[in-house]
Amino acid sequence: MANVSIRKVVKAYEGDVQAVKGIDLEIIDHEFVVLVGPSGCGKSTTLRMIAGLEEITAGEIWIGGDVVNDVPPRDRDIAMVFQNYALYPHMSVFDNMAFGLKLRKFPKEEIKRRVDEAATMLDIQMLLDRKPKALSGGQRQRVAMGRAVVRNPKVFLFDEPLSNLDAKLRVQMRTEIKKLHQLVPTTTVYVTHDQIEAMTLADRVVVMNHGVIEQVGAPQELYHHPATRFVAGFIGSPAMNFLPCQVVDDGGLKVQLADGTKMAIPAARVDRYGPYKGKKMTLGIRPEHMTETHDSEKPGVQIMNAKVDVVEPMGMETLVHHFVDGVAVCSRIDPNVHTGPGEILPLAIDMNNMHLIEDATNRVV
Amino acid sequence: MSASATAGNMPAPKAKVGSMEKQRRMALWASYIALTFFVIIFLIPPFYMIITSLKTSAEISAQAGNPWIVQNPTFDNYWELMTNAAFQRYFINSVWVTAVTVTLSMTIAILAAFSLSRMGFKGSQVLSTGVFLTYLVPPSLLFIPLFQILGWLGLINSTWALVLLFPTLAVPFCTWIMIGYFSSIPKELDEAALIDGASYPQILIQIFIPVALPGIIAATIFAFTVAWGAFLYPLAYLYSADQATLTVGIVRELIKGDVFAWGMIMAACAMAAAPPIIIYTFLMDYYIAGLTAGATKG
Repeated sequence: MANVSIRKVVKAYEGDVQAVKGIDLEIIDHEFVVLVGPSGCGKSTTLRMIAGLEEITAGEIWIGGDVVNDVPPRDRDIAMVFQNYALYPHMSVFDNMAFGLKLRKFPKEEIKRRVDEAATMLDIQMLLDRKPKALSGGQRQRVAMGRAVVRNPKVFLFDEPLSNLDAKLRVQMRTEIKKLHQLVPTTTVYVTHDQIEAMTLADRVVVMNHGVIEQVGAPQELYHHPATRFVAGFIGSPAMNFLPCQVVDDGGLKVQLADGTKMAIPAARVDRYGPYKGKKMTLGIRPEHMTETHDSEKPGVQIMNAKVDVVEPMGMETLVHHFVDGVAVCSRIDPNVHTGPGEILPLAIDMNNMHLIEDATNRVV
Repeated sequence: MSASATAGNMPAPKAKVGSMEKQRRMALWASYIALTFFVIIFLIPPFYMIITSLKTSAEISAQAGNPWIVQNPTFDNYWELMTNAAFQRYFINSVWVTAVTVTLSMTIAILAAFSLSRMGFKGSQVLSTGVFLTYLVPPSLLFIPLFQILGWLGLINSTWALVLLFPTLAVPFCTWIMIGYFSSIPKELDEAALIDGASYPQILIQIFIPVALPGIIAATIFAFTVAWGAFLYPLAYLYSADQATLTVGIVRELIKGDVFAWGMIMAACAMAAAPPIIIYTFLMDYYIAGLTAGATKG
């Protein structure tokens, strides 16, 4: 159990390519932190630096009050779960889980007790004699988690552990990982490119892009109050819609789209958006805030007619794709509303949930 | 109902399947004919060796009769060789040179391949290529300079000369096979072991060697073949009978001037060929698996 502290950490490769550009992050004891971002954003490199598998070019990493920059992985008291499980193929499940303990010269009875305890927790008792090749993907991932749990380390590191599993199993294992953290509340750093995984698992999500941290926050905070255009677009599925606009004063502060459509800014936001009058901005609105017109009477809701391009029924909701001012836009509507390609669908745009992004800085204002 | 109607109306796919089966059958026949031809070609010499080894000298030199059939089979040639002190000495020399060569070559090759493929130090790529280039130098070009070196070391006419030389021939190729095999082991496996608390020697012994066993067996067979079957170097560097290995001993002992003891030569060859044949028969699957990994991933 330990805090993890990342201070001004840089990772540069030969040819001056910076994978991580001086990031700062404080992870408190028992916290479940998820690093999320697109490929090449530096999330895995950061995790590998915490593990000691990559050298740090500059900065410091602290685990449990000690600087670990020059401490080899085996002395950092961490455990890691890999995307491809990394189970030792010639060893039984028991031996895989016991390997770290044997190397640390634990007594045999203690090894057996710990492995049995972890196996019971992960429901793999009946697999202890099998070799990894005789296991399914989900079982292998459980064994990999068991190997981490038995060591009772200060920090758990997960490197995209669910990416090799099929969609159904991924959802199931996601729940298991969350349950495991509730049972063994060890400080956890988890890397994924899947924002749904990040949102569902994390106490705090760290969104990374191009080697920098874009935003750190609780899942709901990131969803409702993204700090940058990148976070606004990355978190949420389907992604937030972005429409180029300008803030104008036309008998009240309004957002004006390129085609001249004007939408009133809710009174509560007038003070915040006032200073951006005349600047190039982007209106961000999530698909669920552009929906069918049943609550159009609500203050701050604007009506817009959309010519439906594609309809995607999802069961619990229907996604409607259309164009606003030449920009492809997605709306999330009630599955009972019937519409089809080419039809005109009146949509209620809830401006109370709008986001305004300054184009010059890409920051949400 | 509709399915049966469709099947009834459309006989065309059936004809197509038939033609594919025919093509497949023809390809199989062609393969069998070609393979049988090559198997016969390759097996004629060992077959002739064995039947000749079972004949008496009189039967071998007799003009009458079919040379491919043994009239009066006898194990005299084998027995005579096995009770011959010189032949026993050659056999022991070959076994000792081969055992040391294999042990030495594999130890060096495994350590070299592990460090070159896994420890990622500067210049490891260049060194890996260099190891392979060494293998491309023909041994026959080296034996004169090597003669000078061995003379300088005082090892001419000593099996120690071979113990020193054969690993230099075997190590590059064995290392190359092992680099290929080690490279096919996912990097996460050693990272997991590093985090679990293993040192590099522990990773090598407890993870890499067991996982890479097919590759190790393939390389071992290669090193064995280099040492056991070598003819040029033993011929060039060993001149006294007590130091000779099997390959050279057979020629020296059983060919006296223009007199060839064919029955015993063939029996000696059969006995010399037995160990590699036994090893290949039992470990062929590992050998192919090991070589394939080396070829595709190296």
